[in-house]
Amino acid sequence: MNSLAAAASTGEAVQFWILGTVAVTGALCTILMKRAVHSALSLAGTMIVLAVFYLANGAYFLGVVQVVVYTGAIMMLFLFVVMLVGVTAADSLKETLKGQRWLAAGLGIGFGILLIAGIGNASLKEFNGLGEANAGGNVQGLAALIFTKYVFAFEITGALLITAAVGAMVLTHRERTERPASQREQSQARVRAGKQVPPLPAPGVYARHNAVDIPGLLPDGSPSELTVNPTLRGRGQIRDVSGEALAELKALEQRSTEWLGRETEPKPPAAQSPTPAEPKEEASK
Amino acid sequence: MENLIALLVAAPLVGAALLLCGGKRLDRAGHWIGTLLAVASFAVAAVLFADMLGKSAGDRALHQHLFSWIPVGGFRADLAFQLDQLSMTFVLLITGVGSLIHIYSIGYMEHDERRRRFFGYLNLFLAAMLLLVLADNYLLLYVGWEGVGLASYLLIGFWQHKPSAATAAKKAFLVNRVGDVGLSIAIMLMFTTFGTFAFGPVLAATGDTGEGKLTAIGLMLLLAACGKSAQVPLQSWLGDAMEGPTPVSALIHAATMVTAGVYLITRSGAIFNAAPDAQMAVVVVGAVTLLFGAIVGCAKDDIKKALAGSTMSQIGYMILAAGLGPIGYAFAIMHLVTHGFFKAGLFLGAGSVMHGMNDEVDMRRYGGLRRYMPVTFITFGLGYLAIIGFPGLSGFFSKDKIIEAAFAKGGTEGWILGGAALLGAAITAFYMTRVMLMTFFGEKRWDPQEVHPHESPKTMTIPMIVLAVGSVFAGGLFSINDAFVSWLEPVTSFEHGHSPLSATATTTATIVVLLVGAGLAWLMYGRKPVPAVAPRGSLLTRAARRDLLQDDFNHVVLVRGGEHLTRTLVYLDHSLVDGAVNGTAATMGGLSGRLRQLQSGFVRSYAVQMLGGAAVLVAATLLMRGV
Amino acid sequence: MNPVYYLYLAALLFTIGAAGVLIRRNAIVVFMCIELMLNACNLAFVTFSRMHGNLDGQIIAFFTMVVAAAEVVVGLAIIVTIFRTRHTASVDDASLMKL
Repeated sequence: MNSLAAAASTGEAVQFWILGTVAVTGALCTILMKRAVHSALSLAGTMIVLAVFYLANGAYFLGVVQVVVYTGAIMMLFLFVVMLVGVTAADSLKETLKGQRWLAAGLGIGFGILLIAGIGNASLKEFNGLGEANAGGNVQGLAALIFTKYVFAFEITGALLITAAVGAMVLTHRERTERPASQREQSQARVRAGKQVPPLPAPGVYARHNAVDIPGLLPDGSPSELTVNPTLRGRGQIRDVSGEALAELKALEQRSTEWLGRETEPKPPAAQSPTPAEPKEEASK
Repeated sequence: MENLIALLVAAPLVGAALLLCGGKRLDRAGHWIGTLLAVASFAVAAVLFADMLGKSAGDRALHQHLFSWIPVGGFRADLAFQLDQLSMTFVLLITGVGSLIHIYSIGYMEHDERRRRFFGYLNLFLAAMLLLVLADNYLLLYVGWEGVGLASYLLIGFWQHKPSAATAAKKAFLVNRVGDVGLSIAIMLMFTTFGTFAFGPVLAATGDTGEGKLTAIGLMLLLAACGKSAQVPLQSWLGDAMEGPTPVSALIHAATMVTAGVYLITRSGAIFNAAPDAQMAVVVVGAVTLLFGAIVGCAKDDIKKALAGSTMSQIGYMILAAGLGPIGYAFAIMHLVTHGFFKAGLFLGAGSVMHGMNDEVDMRRYGGLRRYMPVTFITFGLGYLAIIGFPGLSGFFSKDKIIEAAFAKGGTEGWILGGAALLGAAITAFYMTRVMLMTFFGEKRWDPQEVHPHESPKTMTIPMIVLAVGSVFAGGLFSINDAFVSWLEPVTSFEHGHSPLSATATTTATIVVLLVGAGLAWLMYGRKPVPAVAPRGSLLTRAARRDLLQDDFNHVVLVRGGEHLTRTLVYLDHSLVDGAVNGTAATMGGLSGRLRQLQSGFVRSYAVQMLGGAAVLVAATLLMRGV
Repeated sequence: MNPVYYLYLAALLFTIGAAGVLIRRNAIVVFMCIELMLNACNLAFVTFSRMHGNLDGQIIAFFTMVVAAAEVVVGLAIIVTIFRTRHTASVDDASLMKL
């Protein structure tokens, strides 16, 4: 890659157009994807593309740092917080503020046009290239600048980082100011509040399904919300155990019985035992 | 000797303090204490007078410096007294007549349960007036001036349970304040002009000062004098002041209060001499007032109010004389002194009549009283003869001199002023004769069943007798060898006026108009019976009964005008000032309400605004580059 | 190809990021958009560095990255705290500081 002279090579041009498209697509996905996780992943892709562009522009150190620090550390931090926080369903993209979307679109386009017009207006014909500056190695060159010309900025940035770390700890740290309620007190509070005195009901346990993401059924066959973890509920990851599914199962069993030529009458009670409620449920449906 | 001067003021002041702070313990002895201290002050004055007579004319003036009152930087006001011939005259008049009125009050106020307080106020009045005439600078004079105003307020409203008395006191106080403002402005002007307000330096410096400033000071002093001396246009309080006890009226009219204006103008003579315009104003005020008061006096049926009109008129004579300059100052003071005697006598006589007539003041319910109150009749009669200027009595000498001086003013002015003074003399003779006839002559117009006229006790008659003696002889005594004029000459200076009429002609004219006025009164009130109910009278009579519409004028011009002005100002305040303020506030409030919509609390709205701002900045930068 | 195209790309990415900040309500996504804008700026700095032939632009980009890292740490901590108390990560719900 000695193409760090003024003009870019054809190879770089091809690279730019392909990866540039990817970067813009990633950016658009970031702002348009419903789920925060998808946004984060799209952004990570855009950043990796940017890292490649840094490398192409002769900023080898920054390219690596971009991958390691940004994509590797910061984006993972984002994902971590998304998992911690943003698990509640998909973000609704419906706008609540009146005219906000039009304003945003208008301003965005206008601002973009202004920026691009500014760049086009500037005389940026001459590119010196980094051949000379990177002669002694990019990292050595940066190091020489950071520890001489920018040493104060460097030190202050270090202080800033420390402060940020401490600040984050202070913000997220919760000091417990009172004794945690004992089991007895908790149960007393529950009784006093008068809601759900016994333990929460267990999730649905069937012959075919034995998982925490399947709600237990109420006597009338409707699934009980209480039986599944609220986090799963929030994510919408509850498996659907509706009446139709049960009916399908019933039909399947019926067909296999007919195919096997068995009679329905002498159905062993053992086979019936898991579904005593099913006929009732069907009736109710 | 000069150390005694402070004693003059201190004696009545101590009396006032004792009587007003002493409480009920002094109720029984209070009137004696007050009278004793007034007499003591008179005794000190007499000693000082005797001492003064023993010196040559040049060094009769005494000074007493008590302490530096307000020393601030270059500004200095001293508590210092000056006793020269002019002050001496006033001091003798004030303490002498004042003492007599004190004695008289012992009898007059015998049945009043607040007598101790009354004597305290009387003493305070004397002290303030003495401070006024003894001060050696205008600021201290102002203190006395205000003290007199306060004391007059307290005394006029002494019977405060009567709403009319309370109102009269308030009126006197308010009208006096207008004059006081004049005096305070005059003092400020003096300070800016001369840098001091001690009499000596101020009066000595008038020669080197611009006439405009002196005129301004003079006019302000005249305004002050008008307030205290009840001259047009600030005359309206005097008639109402009759609501006070009769001794108070005598004190206000004869010895104190109204004479203060004359004193002020005479004392400031140097200023007026150097400001002919101000002097002219003084003369005009004097001439107008002397006719005004005389006309009012003719129409009043209330004996005290008739006398009040007479006072206004006589003070008008004095102001007129004082306005004539060095040819008149001495005569103004001389008339003031003689007037002090006979007007005090007349008022005390009127009080004596009222005392015997169950406090009836309407002369139409008197008549034929000469047989029932011989002493009062004789003393009142002598006062009457004195005031109309009967030849040989006090008033004749002093008033005659003023008329002569008025003619001596020279030119058309002289003739007009002299004519006015002569006319005033005729009217004086008319209304005083009317009072005399209606009170002491004619048939009885009172009900013998209800009223039992009787002579007053000795404490009342003796002062009247003394004053009557003064009324008869003072003028003659003063005129021997022009004694009074030469006595005052070192202070007021004196010039002989050159009248176009000879002295004899003036005197003859005076006597003629006197006889005409008195004869006219006799024709109207002596020959035929006086109706018990006042006839409707001519337009002038009715106007004069209403004090020539002075109150109506004040009401229409000042009160109504003030009300309208205030209303307009309030309206302007509400509509313009408040409107502007409230409008601004409302506009800002409305704007803020609109702007508040911007602050929705939604971070994204703020982000939009930020981006908009950034876009504007970028656009501006590009534009600047482009240009 | 003229490297100035990198600048156009940077401007485009920046604008997309800004639009995302305005449109999205999830605080975490808003944060990602801000990161996108920062990255766009970094790309511009790196391109400027190549244009001028010295490394100062890269240094600035480096500092931007450090500051962005600090900012992300604090910002995410704030988001976590808000979520803890309000059980939502929507920026519109935290709108109490209004009149």
